[in-house]
Amino acid sequence: MADEKKKPTFRKIAATGPCKKLMADHFYELDEAAKSGSRKIAWCTSVGPAELLRAMGFLVYFPENHGAILGATRVALDTIPIANAAGYSPEICSYLTSDVGAYMKGETPLSMAYEGITEVPKPDVLVYNTNQCRDVKDWFMWYSRELDVPCIGIESFCNIDVSREPHIAAVSRQLQDLVPALEKISGQKLDLDRLKEVVGLSRKCSDLWEETLQMGAAVPSPLTFFDSTILMGPAVVARGTQEANDFYELLIPELKQRVKDGVAAVDGEKHRIYWDGMPIWGKLRDLSTTFLSLQTCVVASTYCNSWVFSDLDSANPFDSMAKAYTDLFIVRSDSAKEDYISKMARDFKVDGFLFHDAKTCPSNSNNRYGMPERLAAQFKVPSVTIAGDLNDLRLYSEEQSITQIEAFIEQLGEK
Amino acid sequence: MAPKLYAGVDVGSSATKVVIVDGNGAALARALEPSGMDFVAASKTALERAVNDAGASIDDIAHVTSSGYGRKNVEFANDTKTEIACHARGAYQHFREAMTIVDIGGQDNKIIKIGADGTRLDFKMNRKCAAGTGAFLEEIARRMNVDMSDMDALARKSEEIVTISSFCTVFAATEILSLIRQGAQTRDIARGAFRSVVKRVIEMDSLAGRVVATGGVVSHNPIVLELMAESIGHEVLTPPEPQFSGALGAALYAVDEARQ
Ligand code: SF4
Repeated sequence: MADEKKKPTFRKIAATGPCKKLMADHFYELDEAAKSGSRKIAWCTSVGPAELLRAMGFLVYFPENHGAILGATRVALDTIPIANAAGYSPEICSYLTSDVGAYMKGETPLSMAYEGITEVPKPDVLVYNTNQCRDVKDWFMWYSRELDVPCIGIESFCNIDVSREPHIAAVSRQLQDLVPALEKISGQKLDLDRLKEVVGLSRKCSDLWEETLQMGAAVPSPLTFFDSTILMGPAVVARGTQEANDFYELLIPELKQRVKDGVAAVDGEKHRIYWDGMPIWGKLRDLSTTFLSLQTCVVASTYCNSWVFSDLDSANPFDSMAKAYTDLFIVRSDSAKEDYISKMARDFKVDGFLFHDAKTCPSNSNNRYGMPERLAAQFKVPSVTIAGDLNDLRLYSEEQSITQIEAFIEQLGEK
Repeated sequence: MAPKLYAGVDVGSSATKVVIVDGNGAALARALEPSGMDFVAASKTALERAVNDAGASIDDIAHVTSSGYGRKNVEFANDTKTEIACHARGAYQHFREAMTIVDIGGQDNKIIKIGADGTRLDFKMNRKCAAGTGAFLEEIARRMNVDMSDMDALARKSEEIVTISSFCTVFAATEILSLIRQGAQTRDIARGAFRSVVKRVIEMDSLAGRVVATGGVVSHNPIVLELMAESIGHEVLTPPEPQFSGALGAALYAVDEARQ
């Protein structure tokens, strides 16, 4: 009785190859420096002052990126319980618990991907910014105690409507206050011209990444959220370098060509969805296949847009870094987030919102204070909320979530 | 030539339901099998029984739509629809008005809102734990050594209010042990358990307007309807054969699909 079902096909983006190469170069460069001591290494939170660190000669490593790799490879499933047993609750950031657990276990997925790398690069300094959550500081403090390495950073504002001058001044001042400590560790004086240059490069990276994501507004969209979670790698680990910018200069023409030729990332694109919240790293492939088979493209997301820092300005490095880090989506109040999401929905012509309620990341789970209901009432755009987590798959029920997604797409099809 | 028939197969976590309809969507037969470990076998057996009861043969079935937790396991189905779609369709077939459907299943609960023309407006599913589902009631019955089929009658004899406050089924079981230690009566605990199910449901979404309850729990324990009505302050309706609502919806989709 049953018909043969057609298998959906993934349309690979050619620039994924150079993307992987850039990521490999990043980790090998860090590994070499850690082994030889040729360069100082700073660990930095994703929206920490990476530009400042680079300008001062540090190689920059991002533990959150390692957290995502632990999630995507599902190594996290073995390492989260180790951190839980050491007193780090299963309720707190599962990047933190997967990463700390992996360290305790003496394991890193980098060693599976990159021959010769056996451990994460040891830091000379840990630099945080609490703009996204408190967990990043608690995370870095664990390493600070464990490795006896200084941990310094910025205590940011959170839940703000829009940054005002006192916010910016306070963050800018804290950024400048980091300089003497960093100079001591790096052994070199801050060169303001070099900082301006790095901020300029970082701004360029941000513009190019924004242009990449903006391609998703085309109908049909040439890329999906799932592509973007990979293609964002260079913006995440290498913002402020020429290499990152070169990568996006290579990627953008490929996507432009797709748009020109009407090539869709999802064959027969019928519905367009906005993904709010963290990715579910260990299930990206499965979710991507589900959406593909439902002829639905996840065209935009809050997460991938979090690496757009349009306020960076090389003429005014400290204040503009402060503004860029403070006006970021995750730092904002619900009403500011709501305005942002509704604008994105219009720009990307979305039919529906998917809210991922990530159990261990309250800062980036935006469904918890009635936003889906408000958006539905205001814009008549329906939404579905799935319960899950970024890394802890014990908190994700696949059966239920897939049913919810399928039911949601059926509902959109009934309109 | 025999008229064409259509089947809806709803493979739930505890029971597999089949409804056979004719081309006008009129239900001719129903069958229910425990889902067990082999969804394929359960759905085949239920389909064969329903076809038999309809006085037809398998060859008369023009289209099968499967639904429910095990919908993708029904290899003989022509297509699948989610249980959300099928419950909405099944309930609308009977009530034909805008409504909020509350489906209380063996392992999950759903609240589905549909408009006056039957289109779905919104839905919610419970989080992934068993709070407020049939599994919760079964666990409580087991703890009290009461047969699940006696729970409704037992709860109706209750004279005192006993509150079970834990979300978690495992914690609720511990709570019950301490209630028993304190001398609470099983009839009061049984009613407390039903009330707890209702509480879990009403906190999922607002239940305004016409409310219709479906699913196995409601079918076997009509006290849930009464407690829910008491709690939300207005009437709660249920279609005939509420446990088959999803399978009926699937069968109606089968009619549509076959026509396309
Ligand atoms: S924002 Fe969320 S995922 Fe990121 S570090 Fe903080 S808690 Fe973890």
